[in-house]
Amino acid sequence: MENSKNWPLWEIFIRSKRGLSHKHVGSLRASDAQMAIENARDVYTRRQEGISIWVIESKNITASDPGEQDSLFDPSGDKPYRHPTFYKLPDELKNI
Amino acid sequence: MTAKAISQEERFYQLIDKEEKIEPKDWMPEKYRNTMIRQISQHAHSEVVGMLPEGNWISRAPSLRRKAALLAKIQDEAGHGLYLYSAAETLGADREELIEELHIGKAKYSSIFNYPTLSWADIGAIGWLVDGAAIMNQVMLCRTSYGPYSRAMVRICKEESFHQRQGYDILLTLCNGTKEQKEMAQDALNRWWYPSLMMFGPKDDESVHSDYSIKMKIKRFSNDELRQRFVDATVPQAEYLGLKVPDKNLKFNAKTENYSFTEPDWSEFYNVIKGNGPCNKDRIKTRREAFENGKWVRDAAIAYAEKQKQNNKNGKQ
Ligand SMILES: [Fe+2]
Ligand SMILES: [Fe+2]
Repeated sequence: MENSKNWPLWEIFIRSKRGLSHKHVGSLRASDAQMAIENARDVYTRRQEGISIWVIESKNITASDPGEQDSLFDPSGDKPYRHPTFYKLPDELKNI
Repeated sequence: MTAKAISQEERFYQLIDKEEKIEPKDWMPEKYRNTMIRQISQHAHSEVVGMLPEGNWISRAPSLRRKAALLAKIQDEAGHGLYLYSAAETLGADREELIEELHIGKAKYSSIFNYPTLSWADIGAIGWLVDGAAIMNQVMLCRTSYGPYSRAMVRICKEESFHQRQGYDILLTLCNGTKEQKEMAQDALNRWWYPSLMMFGPKDDESVHSDYSIKMKIKRFSNDELRQRFVDATVPQAEYLGLKVPDKNLKFNAKTENYSFTEPDWSEFYNVIKGNGPCNKDRIKTRREAFENGKWVRDAAIAYAEKQKQNNKNGKQ
């Protein structure tokens, strides 16, 4: 096994139709970006699941650390005033 | 608001309890990781080896329509293998190593793919029974606790239903055909019935990994429960075809609304798993040759990609 000869791993994002964002659908191996797009076409859009494909080499993605989930996302936990339901307004009011 | 600090381990079991998915970068016990890698890679191998018995009939399909459908089904199975190898890789497994283990006979795959496809009716029986049994199992696995495995299963289940229907459609046509064609269908059912029942794995009291898998919500139902469901769903479908399930003890129990049925011959199951089925050696040999013969293509693609990268760099300077 010559590991150096392995095709790199790519993450695949598909836009399923106009008006929607590209969404992560999975990953695959390919020797370069062009092949990643062609393979993604064959693997992830065989039943018209997409109209546009993004590929990015997995090693180029920086992810947050799940171990730090609490410290990273805590600051938004105690700010209920960011949500419209925090403000109790009289029922008679319309269109607000 | 200071949440009580909990250990990574406590957090893991909390997520499992709360029916939340475990994701790749989460901390997880080694046993969970290894169980997951083993199960996902075995599943991936099964998808890939599973293409071989059917591939045998692509060039002999009775019509262009049947051939196109069979090709599409087999192409799906290749995709399933890919989704699953990718899911295994998210756990830190090395794909090359997993494939190597398959090629040296160390890794397991579903024992059913070690049986030969002797007639065109076998392609119908495989779609109906083998994919049908796989669907039973895979629908359950859509709710498995490991996120990437669960997502792969959702994709796979969406694609599987066509596999089972095209298989049944083949048998339906044969059963409405000549006497010989119907006999061919019956013969296929006779040979594939028990191997299909074996697909759910050994009986619960002999299944080694079952307890842990249920506790960790990797599996939601036991082997025996799934097997029962499969029998209950499949017997009426056989009756519709006018075929006889090869089991003298098959009986509908009106009270439980279940069929009682004869267990497969478990000694045969263990024998096939050990490598002594009719086609084990041939399957592995075919896989190994395909891998070796494809090596120059993989190498050439890498060499081309590297050269392009070099050219782009030089061009920019
Ligand atoms: Fe499959
Ligand atoms: Fe399938």
